[in-house]
Amino acid sequence: MSVLVFAGQIENKIVKGAYEATFYGKSLAEKTGGDVVVLTYGDVSEDDLKALGNYGASKVVVNKSLSELNPAAAAKFVVAKVEEMGVQVVVFSSDATGQMVGPRVAARLKAGMVSGAIELPNTDNGFVVKKNVFSGKAYAFQSIKTDKKVISLTPNSLKAVKTDAQAEVIVDSNNYAGDGYKVVSVKTQSGDMAPLPEAELVVSAGRGLKGPENWGMIEDLAKTLGATTACSRPVADIGWRPHHEHVGQTGIAIRPNLYIAAGISGAIQHLAGVNGSKTIVVINTDPDAPFFKAADYGIVGDAFEVVPKLNEAIKKFKAANA
Amino acid sequence: MKILVCISKAPDTTTKITFTDNNTKFNKDKVTYIVNPYDEWYALVRALELKESAGGSVTTITVGTAEDDAIIRKALAIGADDAVRVNAEADDAFFVANQIAEYARQNGFDLVLAGKETIDYNGAEVAPMIAELLDVASVTQVSKLDVADGKATAERDIPGGVEIVEFSLPAVVSAAKGMAEQRIPNMRGIMQARSKALNVIEPFNNDKLTEVIEYALPPAKGACTYFEADQMDELVNALHNEAKVI
Repeated sequence: MSVLVFAGQIENKIVKGAYEATFYGKSLAEKTGGDVVVLTYGDVSEDDLKALGNYGASKVVVNKSLSELNPAAAAKFVVAKVEEMGVQVVVFSSDATGQMVGPRVAARLKAGMVSGAIELPNTDNGFVVKKNVFSGKAYAFQSIKTDKKVISLTPNSLKAVKTDAQAEVIVDSNNYAGDGYKVVSVKTQSGDMAPLPEAELVVSAGRGLKGPENWGMIEDLAKTLGATTACSRPVADIGWRPHHEHVGQTGIAIRPNLYIAAGISGAIQHLAGVNGSKTIVVINTDPDAPFFKAADYGIVGDAFEVVPKLNEAIKKFKAANA
Repeated sequence: MKILVCISKAPDTTTKITFTDNNTKFNKDKVTYIVNPYDEWYALVRALELKESAGGSVTTITVGTAEDDAIIRKALAIGADDAVRVNAEADDAFFVANQIAEYARQNGFDLVLAGKETIDYNGAEVAPMIAELLDVASVTQVSKLDVADGKATAERDIPGGVEIVEFSLPAVVSAAKGMAEQRIPNMRGIMQARSKALNVIEPFNNDKLTEVIEYALPPAKGACTYFEADQMDELVNALHNEAKVI
């Protein structure tokens, strides 16, 4: 099957989920015969475009007139290329960009869509994609019944393997319009940290920290690990931490390799956003905190004592393994 | 302003998820259904606020069977003027979007609002699909929405920040946390909801493009391994050698 991948970018940097989607597309194309073309937009550097080849893209088509992401225009771009190249499967990353463009493409093509895939499709008998449902509490195997298919891939659900292959870069100079929609400004606040949906390591804290002035030790631990900071809902609601750090049912759902939670009891709404994490470490003074049931490693103790000690232990480990 | 709000049901957050018929169907036995939180707390309440400030009407639309009527009545109790239910199972995003788009096309709306996703299938597909089918703008994961003189401004959640977007109506907007504050229906609202119109219509076509053929539960989590506060070197060792995450 020939596969098209739509690579999202933020401020002209390809997002990590797009590399994963490219690798997913390549793996699918290898399995079924066919190749992978990546579409992207804006002023991404030539080197970054070619580097999509590292993850399996044979060609990268970049449209420079789509400098900001207009969902209707981006969908027209993707649909035009699907028709021009006779593509069977379109892959997105299930992130802010993929979720705005993917369903529009599916609706226009009248293609069945599975969003939030976590594995390659099973093509033995039809085309069946495994995805998370019930906020991570179960999996569904969803069959796509149309010839054209759209998949969005959950970030961090596979490890994209890099080679040193380079992609051929093609500039698409068509204009795709999406009237009545304009991006006025973009404000990102995370600084050096990986955005939460992409982060492999996350350090999170909740009301057990007693006040926003006590977050220094959480930030220190995150810095030592190279992790992103997160928080529970109550902490975002009372304004101790910014809303974009809130993970859980109504916040961001994440699936990092490591999730460290300090002073979070683990209400079911919080677990719904983090239960896809590969390893969970819970630090809580209450031995009956429900979070311990979902944890791989637990420390019954005071975050004010445990977190700095953990930070020191990781520093020691990093120094020894540098 | 004429506003259409997409309302969908979802199992209560605390529901224990199980399956029947050889893991091919969700087990609805003893499940309490709620209005999907993103639809209720944010999309519906913001629609009511916009109506309160600028006039107009708020209609809800649900693709579902008669068992959805209870959650539709709740949306009416919170303050929607009337409700439409397309009488069919909502088991494919394109099918659902197609029904809502067709209803919106026939009845004309300035704004279609929906939650950013449902908490059961987590697809986040329906709102942008409606927009594409209607050929209008879609704005997803919106945490702040203002409308004045046919022009709308939205703040969208993007990784690590927000994007500010201006767009013209009609449009389809999906709501994330922050767009409004949850409202609890009062007794008067609940009484009034009983006499508000809940119009049941039949689907205009039956195009379903996907189908869930099986479900599975994740493997049971192993027991938690405990460490004392002064065993952090041992924990780091486990994270490195056992979990292999650092």
